[in-house]
Formats: sequence, C-alpha cells, structure tokens
Amino acid sequence: MITIEFLGPIAQEDITIEANSLQDVANFLQKDPKLSPWLDSLAIAINDKLADSLDAPLNDGDRVSLLPPVCGG
Amino acid sequence: MLEIIDGPLSPKEILAQWYDEEYQANYGAFIPFVGIVREEDGIEALSFDIYEPILKNWFDSWQEKVRQRGAKLRMAHSKGDVRVHESSYIAAVLSPQRRAALELIDAFVEDFKANAPIWKYDVIQGKRIYAKKRSTPMNGAGLLAKKD
Repeated sequence: MITIEFLGPIAQEDITIEANSLQDVANFLQKDPKLSPWLDSLAIAINDKLADSLDAPLNDGDRVSLLPPVCGG
Repeated sequence: MLEIIDGPLSPKEILAQWYDEEYQANYGAFIPFVGIVREEDGIEALSFDIYEPILKNWFDSWQEKVRQRGAKLRMAHSKGDVRVHESSYIAAVLSPQRRAALELIDAFVEDFKANAPIWKYDVIQGKRIYAKKRSTPMNGAGLLAKKD
C-alpha cells in the first residue's frame, strides 16, 4: 500500500491505495472527477523527492505527494 | 540558512542579524531582497502554506550551486497570515564580488517563484482564497495527466 497526500490548496484527505508505479497512481486519480482537473498542473514527489517519470517504481509504505501550482513571496 | 517563521517577518531584525553574522566573513557584496505585501484587489492579508521537506531540498540544491561561485544564500519566509504592508519573504546573496551576487539574486528569486513549494492565498473578509491565477506549475508538473 502507498499513501497519496494532497498539499496546499487541494482540500482532500490522504488516500491509501495499492500501486506499483506512478502510472498506477495516475490511472487511479484520473477516475476521480474532483481531482482530475488538477492533474495537468501537479508536480509529484515520492518520499519528498520530485519525480520525473511515471515509470518510477513504488514500494510498500511509500508516500506520494501532489504539489499544485506554487506562488511564494 | 533557511528560516521559516510563523506570521510576518521583521526585516529590520532579520537583515541586521544576517549582517552581524556575515560582515566579517570577507564577502564584498551583500544583496538582500525584501518582499512586502501590497494592498491590491481588496485583500487584507496574504496567507502561506509551505511544504518544508521539499522547500529544504530545493534550497539546499541552490546553496550548493551558489557555493561553487564562492557565494552564500540566506532566506526567510513566513507561513500563515501576513497583513498588507508587512514582509513575508527575505532573501539575500553574499558573494566576494558584486557581479555574481547580482546575477544570483535575480536567478534565485525567479526560480523561487516558480519552484519553491509554497502556496499563496488572498485573505478577503476573513476568507482564505487560493491565488490560483498568480501561481505557477512546478518544473515537471503534469505527469499524472498522461494516459497509460
């Protein structure tokens, strides 16, 4: 099981799912009408390291963080 | 040297402290940037969420980059509410020479805007509203929209 956490303005509790790669997470989130409008603007981190490929493998206990568009300062 | 502070920053105290701590380190240039919340569109304040683990990684990679030019970065940012005309962000570059410091403060503040994991909200009549239009997707955003 992996945990998906939603950072910043996405009002959504953490979700725990079975997933072996980020592609599995993408497939899961694309089915959720509340979350799908966010997907093209989210950056992704696995255990606090930014990810650059959907092929990134996931292991039991991993935490996938979703980061919406940012604006510091 | 990254500091996260609840509520507004005190530029007078922070800049004085940074100056006191650095002026004997033989840097020839100290270039600070102070961000001040502007009164605009009826806002009372801005409010910030920060994801600190990734902010720290981002800042550390910048520190390493500027270290290779003999320079050093310092940064302070608010979390929570910061009222109009208060400060929410201070960054500074210290460098042996002015040219590197001027270039680095420009590049650092621009990349900060685009890639530091900080979310901004307008506070209007006590309500916190995500500043979506002013926000930028981080580098590499959009992976999850790709179809299998």
